[in-house]
Amino acid sequence: MASKQDNVKDIVDRKYEHGFFTDIEADTVAPGLDEEVIRLISKKKGEPAFMLDWRLKAFAYWQSMQEPDWAKLKRDAIDYQAISYYSAPKSKADAPKSLDEVDPKLLETYDKLGIPLHERARLAGVAVDAVFDSVSVATTFKQKLAEAGVLFCSFSEAVKDHPELVERYLGTVVPQRDNFFAALNSAVFTDGSFVYIPRGVRCPMELSTYFRINAANTGQFERTLIIADEGSYVSYLEGCTAPQRDENQLHAAVVELIAEKDAEIKYSTVQNWYPGDEEGRGGIYNFVTKRGDCRGNRSKISWTQVEAGSAITWKYPSCVLRGNDSIGEFYSVAVTNNLQQADTGTKMIHIGKNTRSTIISKGISAGRAQNAYRGLVKMFPTAENARNYSQCDSLLMGNRCGAHTFPYMEIKNPTAKVEHEATTSKIADDQLFYCRQRGLSEEDAVNMIVNGFCKEVFRELPMEFAVEAQALMNVSLEGAVG
Amino acid sequence: MLLEINNLHASVNDVEIIKGLNLTIAPGEVHAIMGPNGSGKSTLAQALAGREDYLVTDGSVSYKGRDLLDMEPDARARAGVFLGFQYPVEIPGVSNVYLLKAALNARRKEKGEPEIDAIEFMRFIKDKAKLMELDEKFLSRGVNEGFSGGEKKRNEIFQMAVLEPDLAILDETDSGLDIDALKVVANGVNKQRDGQRSFLLITHYQRLLDYIEPDHVHVLANGRIIQSGSKELALELEEHGYDKILAAAS
Repeated sequence: MASKQDNVKDIVDRKYEHGFFTDIEADTVAPGLDEEVIRLISKKKGEPAFMLDWRLKAFAYWQSMQEPDWAKLKRDAIDYQAISYYSAPKSKADAPKSLDEVDPKLLETYDKLGIPLHERARLAGVAVDAVFDSVSVATTFKQKLAEAGVLFCSFSEAVKDHPELVERYLGTVVPQRDNFFAALNSAVFTDGSFVYIPRGVRCPMELSTYFRINAANTGQFERTLIIADEGSYVSYLEGCTAPQRDENQLHAAVVELIAEKDAEIKYSTVQNWYPGDEEGRGGIYNFVTKRGDCRGNRSKISWTQVEAGSAITWKYPSCVLRGNDSIGEFYSVAVTNNLQQADTGTKMIHIGKNTRSTIISKGISAGRAQNAYRGLVKMFPTAENARNYSQCDSLLMGNRCGAHTFPYMEIKNPTAKVEHEATTSKIADDQLFYCRQRGLSEEDAVNMIVNGFCKEVFRELPMEFAVEAQALMNVSLEGAVG
Repeated sequence: MLLEINNLHASVNDVEIIKGLNLTIAPGEVHAIMGPNGSGKSTLAQALAGREDYLVTDGSVSYKGRDLLDMEPDARARAGVFLGFQYPVEIPGVSNVYLLKAALNARRKEKGEPEIDAIEFMRFIKDKAKLMELDEKFLSRGVNEGFSGGEKKRNEIFQMAVLEPDLAILDETDSGLDIDALKVVANGVNKQRDGQRSFLLITHYQRLLDYIEPDHVHVLANGRIIQSGSKELALELEEHGYDKILAAAS
């Protein structure tokens, strides 16, 4: 028993062994953004020169760019000089000391979602020094991954330990000047995840940010880079169904995926950031750039997302189908309630021959929320025999919400085939009545109908995630009818 | 008495459709309500099930001694009132099994019984499916999703068999069925007559009653029951049509 305790203690202590967090505990950079701030960030992180140059280049681009306004979103202007771009892990002085001090409503939600007790504290931002289970689990898993040759670490660690990989791949899918928010992220990102799956390796487990040691401190500008080398496979899960609290209003992450020849990446997201109160106050702006590059022949990238949180969600996980016979997939459920807004969809860029893409998008609006699907299917002249199938379904609950579909198509090859189907429906009174006549309460009936509507997407999620996603859907739409 | 309807008045969109209807059903009885189109048959069924747009303006309905009109639609269902829909709706992505399990457990909870476990449930509904000559693959398909008209109706009777209601109201279950499907449906109903369960069959045509023998037949016209009798009344209607009886009543 004693030795077991020592082990646990070891593991707990190890979290701090890099000294990174403890060193900077007192540090916070004053709000504002200029070259000096970027130099400071890079220096604090002990980055090699190429990284600083890369950041500075991004910053120069960003300064010349205009904030885009084409999305169907209403929001207040963001003051970029009011944001602090580097802050040490949040001071624990202000954090709740225990779950007793946490908003009971939040705890109730955790309960409904079936979040394990030890996770609740971390999610609610309680000042706990170590979350025993997840740390030890993470350590065990890391060992298993190392045996397979998989690299899975924080972005900061990757920059230090595998600079050659970072330098080779970073920004090759989402270049610094790709868009305003990507440029900002490139200049100031503080951390994120890095994954490299070597040639021919099938990653032995689902990789989840849930088990990522530094997950709590990735901050508002997160950077993720996943590389699947030839013939490899990885399934990556991002996010968590539990409502996550964060003081930062703007979240501008960048995710880059690279699939080499015959490689496959499956990327699943459940996003449930704080949506703000019923009047939409205080919610998170989630402006994310996610793109995957099917670089090699017969490669495949599949995005599955369940977007339930945030005041505003603005993102288009995309696939560049460069390799011949490569495959891109996008499965999405976006649910908006109260005053939430979502403008989300995908881009499928067909370049290689015989490339195929599938888009299944399910938008659900309730309350006074607005939900837009925006998608681009582009067939290059080189995309011989390329195929796309898109299906966009919207479900409205009540009569004060909106659903919008903006499909864009650019077809430059006569052999390419594109199919698009779109439906908009209301939860029909007769469906509700039918379920109630069989004995289901109104709330259960709504949940059942909504889950049925989302089924094609949920079944793409890894099993345990799918169950959580259903529960999340029910909680998100509570009180939406009646 | 299981059901006592007293001077029922009901409107749809401010138009009065049911105009003072009286009907009493004892446990185990099978009643058939016949009538021409627009006489109020379906309105009666919907009002008893508690559909929102069907406004009861006067009268009372007592079910097992409770005020039925005071109960929410789902509470009525859990208390054992089943409506077989004339036009069963499709619920994409929700499997038949899933809906039925939720429905059955809601009913069991009401009765203070524990939830049925998954294995027992599957065995139970497979037996019931056999009873309705329903292919097992129907169980996992979306509720009525892509079903033919006949399959939808058969599915309604199958659901009834699973939920074992005390009062089953079947709203034109026979319409749109060919003779083979009609026999299957009638057979399903007959197997569920156990001397306790009561049925209210709503139909336009007599032919259903060739296969399900009612204890009482009522003729509904212009929102009222204008004549009641034994099963012979149905044959009489078949022979002479509604005109004669309507003329006699007016």
